[in-house]
Amino acid sequence: MTAHELILQSKAPYTAIAKHELPAIAASSDWQNKYRILMNLGKQLPVFSSDLQRDELLIAGCDSKAWLLHQYDGITQKHYWAFDSEARVVKGLVALAICQLNGLSNTELAKIDFTALLRPLGLYQNISPSRQNGLQAVLDKMAEQIKAAS
Amino acid sequence: MSFDVEAFRAEFSFFQQHPDWVYLDSAATMHKPDAVIKAEVEFYQQHNSNVHRGAHQLSQQATQLFEQARDTVALALNVRRREEIIWTSGATEALNLLACGLMGTVLKPGDRILLTCLEHHANIVPWQFYCQQHGVLIDVVPLTNELELDIAAFQQLLELKPKVVAMAEVSNVLGTISPVAQLVQLAKAAGAITVIDGAQGIVWQRPDMQALDADFYVFSGHKLYGPTGIGVLYGRYELLNNLKPLRYGGEMIKTVSFTGTTLNQLPYKLEAGTPNIAGAIGLAAAVSWLNNFDSAALTAHKQQLFTELYLGCQAIKGLQLLSPQQNNVGILALNIKGEHPTDVAALLNEQKIAVRAGTHCAMPLFQALQLPGAVRLSLAAYNNSHDIKRTLKALEQTVELLQ
Ligand SMILES: Cc1ncc(COP(=O)(O)O)c(C=O)c1O
Repeated sequence: MTAHELILQSKAPYTAIAKHELPAIAASSDWQNKYRILMNLGKQLPVFSSDLQRDELLIAGCDSKAWLLHQYDGITQKHYWAFDSEARVVKGLVALAICQLNGLSNTELAKIDFTALLRPLGLYQNISPSRQNGLQAVLDKMAEQIKAAS
Repeated sequence: MSFDVEAFRAEFSFFQQHPDWVYLDSAATMHKPDAVIKAEVEFYQQHNSNVHRGAHQLSQQATQLFEQARDTVALALNVRRREEIIWTSGATEALNLLACGLMGTVLKPGDRILLTCLEHHANIVPWQFYCQQHGVLIDVVPLTNELELDIAAFQQLLELKPKVVAMAEVSNVLGTISPVAQLVQLAKAAGAITVIDGAQGIVWQRPDMQALDADFYVFSGHKLYGPTGIGVLYGRYELLNNLKPLRYGGEMIKTVSFTGTTLNQLPYKLEAGTPNIAGAIGLAAAVSWLNNFDSAALTAHKQQLFTELYLGCQAIKGLQLLSPQQNNVGILALNIKGEHPTDVAALLNEQKIAVRAGTHCAMPLFQALQLPGAVRLSLAAYNNSHDIKRTLKALEQTVELLQ
């Protein structure tokens, strides 16, 4: 699989997650249910083949290995991502963030508060964007990529 | 002698602050009893002054307390001379001091040292760094299939005549106890200087330095109910005296001029700069406080909990236990089949079970085990049966959620 194909294949799953799982997690009242959904999100998304698990795509500062791929369409000014991680919780958390950002333009992204992306999900009993789960590092990297394009 | 775990637990304010948490990360750092915290606070409130340098009585009092702390540790470890106890910031600094200090004095280009496969990075990286600089070679003792040190291989590697053998008393990942007393004798017979990393061993069994007969022994206060930022390097006087200091500055010198400097005597020449005075006093308080309890009873209690945890985990389908049950201080490394340790720890965290996940500063061990990491559950005497029951329930829930 090429990087471009990976981005293409990630689009539909991210759209589906935004439509179904994102509201489902927000709506569930018990944490077990939230996590059951979260932990299985990764299964809908493509896996990075070993040739795409490249060092330059690695996100530094996670306990598990994680890779972020970014594509910017200069004509439409829209951003697209694909992401993979050894850890299901990381892949799930990042999917919940990316699904809200994928395919948005520079101007649309500029209006979004990254720190609030997962807040409505009620996942934050203990889990927060931290160094450990790597979510913060991924969000920082994405913000950097957006800034470089705008 | 019976052991009242609830009375023991009541010595720690931390648990009153966090009644809803199960703390199974004592191998990373232990909680500190109020007696230790009080000793540190009292020092700052009532005795604070710098040591060894004031012309005033306050400084003399602080110096006395600081040196009494050294005596307390010296007595507890049964060393020959009080000067054999050097304060460091922890096990890591002590091992750095040794790796640096033996280089050029004992270790020459072409010499060999011997480490083991289950060392913490703190007992690997300093050696690697200085050995590379000085052209010293490192050999590594492998593990057997039962995850014990391979004694036959150890003996074979001793035939290469290593000048230094450095090894952990207890594996920080697996919890297994190495037969260090026996290994020290073998190493000595082969003419090597022996270094024991007691970071995990010290809380399991207080070592008697004269009986153990190792040349050096290091540990951190915070893994013995003491404060962070303080630790000990024990060394045999003559060997200690020949170490090249790691740090230079005040306190460690006798005279200084711009043409040359003469060093102070032990222990000061290895303790440059203002030491962690309150930390040393806190560590001594931990040692004294521990003397109030029957150490055999503490160990028996911990072993009982460990058995309960181990058998409980064996009964949970899908768990893979890495640590052997026998010969273990109370550390259980495990995985859930096919799952990343981070995921397991995240779900345990959600249930307020504090564990550690990853490679636990022992990457070479995980390379040998061919595993990406593990979840580590480590017990201390302040854990109780309720902790174990909640942990087992949380593990069951975690397995279920990951299906
Ligand atoms: C076996 C072992 N050695 C050395 C160390 C380093 O101790 P510290 O970080 O307190 O210096 C540790 C700490 O985890 C350890 O478990």
